[in-house]
Amino acid sequence: MPEHLDGDDKPSVSRRRFLGATASTAALPFMGASAARAVADPAVKPDPGALLNVSLTINGKDHRLGLDVRTTLLDALRDHVGLTGSKKGCDHGQCGACTVHVDGQRTLSCLTLAASAHGRVIETIEGLASTDGKLHPMQQAFIDNDAFQCGYCTPGQIMSAVGCVKEGHADNDDAIREYMSGNLCRCAAYPNIVAAINQAKTQMEG
Amino acid sequence: MRPFVYERAATSEVATQAIRAGIATDTAPRQGRYPAEFLAGGTNLLDLMKLDVMQPAKLIDITGLTQAHSAILVSPQALRLGALAKMSAVADHPEIIKNFPVVAQSLTLAASAQLRNMASIGGNVLQRTRCSYFRDTSWSACNKRNPGSGCAALDGYNRGHAVLGASKDCIATYPGDFAQALMALDAVVTVLGPDGTRTVPFSDLHRAPGSTPNVETTLRPGDVITAFVIPAATWMRRSLYMKIRDRQSYQFALASAAVALDIDDGGLVRQARIALGGVATVPWRARDAEAALVGKKLDPQTAESAARLAFGGAAPREHNAFKIALGQKTVTRALVQAATLEV
Ligand SMILES: Cc1cc2nc3c(=O)[nH]c(=O)nc-3n(C[C@H](O)[C@H](O)[C@H](O)COP(=O)(O)OP(=O)(O)OC[C@H]3O[C@@H](n4cnc5c(N)ncnc54)[C@H](O)[C@@H]3O)c2cc1C
Ligand code: SF4
Ligand code: FES
Ligand code: FES
Repeated sequence: MPEHLDGDDKPSVSRRRFLGATASTAALPFMGASAARAVADPAVKPDPGALLNVSLTINGKDHRLGLDVRTTLLDALRDHVGLTGSKKGCDHGQCGACTVHVDGQRTLSCLTLAASAHGRVIETIEGLASTDGKLHPMQQAFIDNDAFQCGYCTPGQIMSAVGCVKEGHADNDDAIREYMSGNLCRCAAYPNIVAAINQAKTQMEG
Repeated sequence: MRPFVYERAATSEVATQAIRAGIATDTAPRQGRYPAEFLAGGTNLLDLMKLDVMQPAKLIDITGLTQAHSAILVSPQALRLGALAKMSAVADHPEIIKNFPVVAQSLTLAASAQLRNMASIGGNVLQRTRCSYFRDTSWSACNKRNPGSGCAALDGYNRGHAVLGASKDCIATYPGDFAQALMALDAVVTVLGPDGTRTVPFSDLHRAPGSTPNVETTLRPGDVITAFVIPAATWMRRSLYMKIRDRQSYQFALASAAVALDIDDGGLVRQARIALGGVATVPWRARDAEAALVGKKLDPQTAESAARLAFGGAAPREHNAFKIALGQKTVTRALVQAATLEV
């Protein structure tokens, strides 16, 4: 099988070797200066298999990744950075399990191309607690209120709940239900999730 | 997902040129579409690419245009919305909530909080149908996805499909909500194309399926929507969006109505605006129903007869006849409720 070579100027690390390396190392070398191709010269046939350089600030730390162009932000986080807290439920924008914050806004990482998140600030569930290990009020509230069973939807629920409170959409139970409707819970922990958000919102505001 | 070439456009001119370049190098349409697509929020495009329903050879990322084309400007003459504005920014804008309630409501009642933070209003109006035969490539017959292949929905499970504006080749429902508000309020679209800027009435943007359901709009390759302009009018404050769905939240409409009314001091309707969602193949303006209300007092009886007119041309299939009754009730309730608004 012919190996795809990186489309950018210099380091011609092969794609297979490169992807192989991602399995063992979390942080990847930065390859070349430009992250995406400038608008193409139609005479040059661009190679869709070339790796793209993407820089992301994730939980306060800068990451430089060389990614297949199709990589979603969710897959970049889970498979390339090793942050597996964000979950893949549906991969189609329907369940909310992959919710992270991009530039402070709750966002579905499964429908975000990593390439288009280049240069942005990402916060995931792993970055929510303080560095001394003290949980965020929303994390604590989920524990206090038993707001999960299997826990699969929980990282997405918590990231979404933090966004819901910050946006000012958690005034009452109805608003919480409406503005949390993009986060599905197969275990139906919904009443306890509403209670947890009610508990955390006063602490977050205070 | 199939591989594609990814480019970023820093200005709208570059975006239109980039699409043209994409077409020049790869002219074969795929699934009846040009081989290059703009990427805004990606919430519709990436979803359809993962499903292999869309296979663009090239994506031009236009999120770099957000700064230049996301302003929300309210003036006494008009509301101007940059096409890269996020759904949430428009939905939560205090002046829009107050003075153009149907606009804010159509967006608040759409999708989820996360999706509204991601999706642009330009991408929103261009979102493609949720017809399950279109979205599932294991069905070979779908004229929209695969021109000339037939339509699996005609004799399939068509509960969600359109009763208005359908053709013998496609009965897919237009799924969006915001477009109905734009229809009702006579919005105009600003488009930047390879030949410069032009404005198009919003009602001319979408094309009924006819015999080419793969062609959904009158946009040409390289056209970027840059803004929507809604002229200020006497009816915009007395407006609302009513959306009926299978569950309370986070669901596409089974039937919806965007209505706006201008009622004089004597309680008679001077002007009415009605657009329907969830029931038609394109954002649907009910002009006969509007005309029937002019000069009348708006009460449940006049509202109901207008609603019947709105569905005069309805053509149901096996599973969606309920949408006629549901749609009429939706319009009736929306009108009666709008009449009682304090403005
Ligand atoms: C689970 C789910 C539920 C949803 N529920 C609803 C709902 O209830 N109501 C509703 O209305 N919508 C709903 N949506 C659809 C959602 O609102 C749309 O996907 C979104 O608005 C599309 O905007 P975008 O910026 O992400 O577009 P993209 O996906 O980036 O683009 C969509 C299309 O528009 C083109 N395009 C984008 N911007 C421009 C521009 N400025 N000029 C020219 N072409 C452009 C793109 O090339 C592409 O073909 C739902 C989506 C999901 C996934
Ligand atoms: S209704 Fe339209 S989109 Fe659905 S299967 Fe038929 S042709 Fe395809
Ligand atoms: S995995 Fe992203 S919404 Fe389900
Ligand atoms: S706790 Fe199991 S899915 Fe929510």
